[in-house]
Amino acid sequence: MSSPTAASARGARTGQEPVAVVGIGQTRHVSARQDVSIAGLVREAAVRALADAELSWADIDAVVIGKAPDFFEGVMMPELYLAEALGAVGKPMLRVHTAGSVGGSTALVAANLVAARVHGTVLTVAFEKQSESNAMWGLSLPVPFQQPLTAGAGGFFAPHVRAYMRRTGAPDHIGSLVAFKDRRNALKNPYAHLHEHGLTLEKVRSAPMLWDPIRYSETCPSSDGACAMVLTGTAGAARAPRPPAWVHGGAMRSEPTIFAGKDYVSPQAGKDCAADVYRQAGIADPRRQVDVVEMYVPFSWYEPMWLENLGFAAEGEGWKLVESGVTEMDGDLPVNPSGGVLSSNPIGASGMIRFAEAALQVRGGAGEHQIDGARLALGHAYGGGAQFFSMWLVGSEPPTR
Amino acid sequence: MTSAADLLAAVAADAPALAGVEPVTRVTLPARLAYTYTPGAAQSRFLTGLADKRLLAERCPVCTRVYIPPRGVCPTCGRATTEQLELPHVGTVTTFCIVNIAARGLNIEVPYCYAYVLLDGAHVGLHARIGGIPHDQVHVGQRVEAVWDDANLGPSLAGISHFRPTGDPDADPDTYRSWM
Amino acid sequence: MTAAAKPSPLSGERDVAVVAFAQSTHQRSTDQLSEVELVLPVLQDVLKQTGLTTDRIGFTCSGSSDYLAGRAFSFTMALDGVGAWPPISESHVEMDGAWALYEAWVKLRTGQADTALVYSYGKSSPGSVRDVLTRQLDPYTLAPLWPDSVALAALQTQALIDAGITDEPALAATAVRSRRAALGNPHAQLRGSADAEALLREPYEVRPLRRHDCPPVSDGAAAVILAVGDAARALHPRPAWIRGIDHRIEAHQPGVRDLTESPSTWLAAIHAGAFDAPPDTAELHAPFTGQEVVLRRALELNDAVAVNPSGGPLAANPVMAAGLIRIGEAAARIHRGESRRALAHATSGPCLQQNLVAVLEGEQQ
Repeated sequence: MSSPTAASARGARTGQEPVAVVGIGQTRHVSARQDVSIAGLVREAAVRALADAELSWADIDAVVIGKAPDFFEGVMMPELYLAEALGAVGKPMLRVHTAGSVGGSTALVAANLVAARVHGTVLTVAFEKQSESNAMWGLSLPVPFQQPLTAGAGGFFAPHVRAYMRRTGAPDHIGSLVAFKDRRNALKNPYAHLHEHGLTLEKVRSAPMLWDPIRYSETCPSSDGACAMVLTGTAGAARAPRPPAWVHGGAMRSEPTIFAGKDYVSPQAGKDCAADVYRQAGIADPRRQVDVVEMYVPFSWYEPMWLENLGFAAEGEGWKLVESGVTEMDGDLPVNPSGGVLSSNPIGASGMIRFAEAALQVRGGAGEHQIDGARLALGHAYGGGAQFFSMWLVGSEPPTR
Repeated sequence: MTSAADLLAAVAADAPALAGVEPVTRVTLPARLAYTYTPGAAQSRFLTGLADKRLLAERCPVCTRVYIPPRGVCPTCGRATTEQLELPHVGTVTTFCIVNIAARGLNIEVPYCYAYVLLDGAHVGLHARIGGIPHDQVHVGQRVEAVWDDANLGPSLAGISHFRPTGDPDADPDTYRSWM
Repeated sequence: MTAAAKPSPLSGERDVAVVAFAQSTHQRSTDQLSEVELVLPVLQDVLKQTGLTTDRIGFTCSGSSDYLAGRAFSFTMALDGVGAWPPISESHVEMDGAWALYEAWVKLRTGQADTALVYSYGKSSPGSVRDVLTRQLDPYTLAPLWPDSVALAALQTQALIDAGITDEPALAATAVRSRRAALGNPHAQLRGSADAEALLREPYEVRPLRRHDCPPVSDGAAAVILAVGDAARALHPRPAWIRGIDHRIEAHQPGVRDLTESPSTWLAAIHAGAFDAPPDTAELHAPFTGQEVVLRRALELNDAVAVNPSGGPLAANPVMAAGLIRIGEAAARIHRGESRRALAHATSGPCLQQNLVAVLEGEQQ
């Protein structure tokens, strides 16, 4: 690994401080955490991240928190209430909200504080304690003059899944293969919500359709959970007790919710976001160069769709990677070794969990779901009507650009 | 991390009256807020039109795309969509799904077919229910027409009960391919 | 609270300036407009001022609140006013637009963009903003009591009066001064004021506050364009340079704080370099008269400083935009040559829990 001085010199050329992830913490994601308050939930993840970094609250210069709509807990602007719990008194505290991609955007805002040398060490936290309120209600709050035809987020995405199947001719069982993979991977992740022992592919394939073509077994759960990371620059990384994950690139892209000619199956914003991240990181061939992907897949068919959107497969070919086992843990491009959103979905945290799991992989800290030799990993999050995207690429070596 | 019981035990050491008291770990706190929702100028025109069984849309002066329901703004150009036009009640199914769970507040029989209907002349699909046909016969390219709920007409999309097949041959894919 | 070591001066290479500002004409209610219809003219105004189009702007960030709107994901619809096509680099904070501006400022400081569009909006009219704001309090111990924003401000004001720091006539004078200053601001909602004596004869709203001590309920929107270095100089003949910007938060429970002081404002001011030289103008986000007293003390403002020449939040208070408007108003004064060095302040949370301070100057060093 290069010396901190060399890394810092590189940063000086691009003008940005290299950003390192030196601490990661998450809670065990479950349907309802009845043993902690909202403050207790976020603090649990934050304390674990600090412990991982072997830092104390006093070492943190700023806190960036993110979560999805406040209606999910019934608390407006919860950063105000959480100031003490996150050791933020006397410090700057920001609250990001970019719909489902928020966990990712939050990490990027925190990373920018370090990159711009505004702060030296930043704590970033994302959470959702959606058992406090009712997430499905929050997602389909009745709007006057409109009928809630979609009956939850799945109803919104199901027609686009159908469009993908039609466009590509993908066989019906692809969605089930993804769900079966992610749920099996989750068994190796102690933090994952769903631990479905004894699950078989047949059980997945025969589960009832919720919003045809999306089955119950191919749908994410509703979870309470939090995730936290400690981000710092080269000096902090040099002092870290464990190898850091280095940010090689990060980007956000948004497109309108609804517009004439929108490609809901492979949104342009997702393609542009990935292209920007690869350009920053100097990645010319993501399929070959990226070792592992943590992508935001709340409905199983989104794995083949995002594989194409992110440039890992040619258009129309994503489902083939799934069918041939490429995205399994022992495959050539493992996708969601953590079990993904399909196994844990505290909505506001899910994006950050993807980013954190990517960082965990290149640090060699993913335990039973570690992908051997993972040196470059992509974390991906999306939100809204597939319109907000945030991604980062992390590596075990400092960036060279 | 300290549990609630541990904390209470520590407190009870100084306050004997609290010894053995069950800690409160859960409270239900109903909260109710009332909002008066205003749809805005463009949507108000659209909703008023629905009461008269008219499907009103708006066109962007820059990109010329037609939006329904109109929102007063073209989302790609960031310009006010001031040109009003009325659309026919027929269109093409561009994609759909079969919903097996009913949302709260929706008076509908499950399962139902929910689709995007590209009305003739529009460039975005309208969300609507497809009815009057078994679900397995709904398909992309199908020509459908609005069926109004005459007893429930008003400023709401609920005034359209559903869309049913017209019986016409499927639309030429070129007419809807770009707008799926 | 003690200040940490003062940070090193910000590098001159990436000086960020406000090059455009626009706001709506704030009103009690905009029944005829949806949020995007409210925001669109303001966005078009700043774009027109600079001649920029969305595709040439490096980063967009907005501030708004779902709870104010009564809709989850409400900000996604306002994005239509930006014309986000081709896709843009964009983010959002569920906070006052002043913090969206802060996020954009950080983005520009990284070098990832040279220009940024910042906007925020708030329609207080759909709900009861006093009650809506109770939802931002500790959900277990405070929110169930429904202590509305006026009641909390009253607690703070009473503390000031009890400590002998201010009195009702002085507070009334603040209201009179602000709303008369607003006569020169065509966007303000409450323009002009009766004399203090007449105001003091009115009944209490929540003792010791009377109606005049409270902000109006407003619907409104605002937008700002930021640019770096040469880009800023190309976009405006006299950019308002952001010399420093910082924000800090205090403990949440009003009961553990001394409500007569604002240590977070003072700390943010130190880190923003506010005390390096005296300002001639200060735009303070003080929706209640007593809060202006607290902020003046924290920022050490003497009578030589023009405070809220725009009228401030006492004249127009579109929640979620009022803080961004303070920055915009301060910048606009610098643009017009009416100010050389101005402070802009924004607040969030009960009784000034969280505060942001920006220092703006007319000449780049």
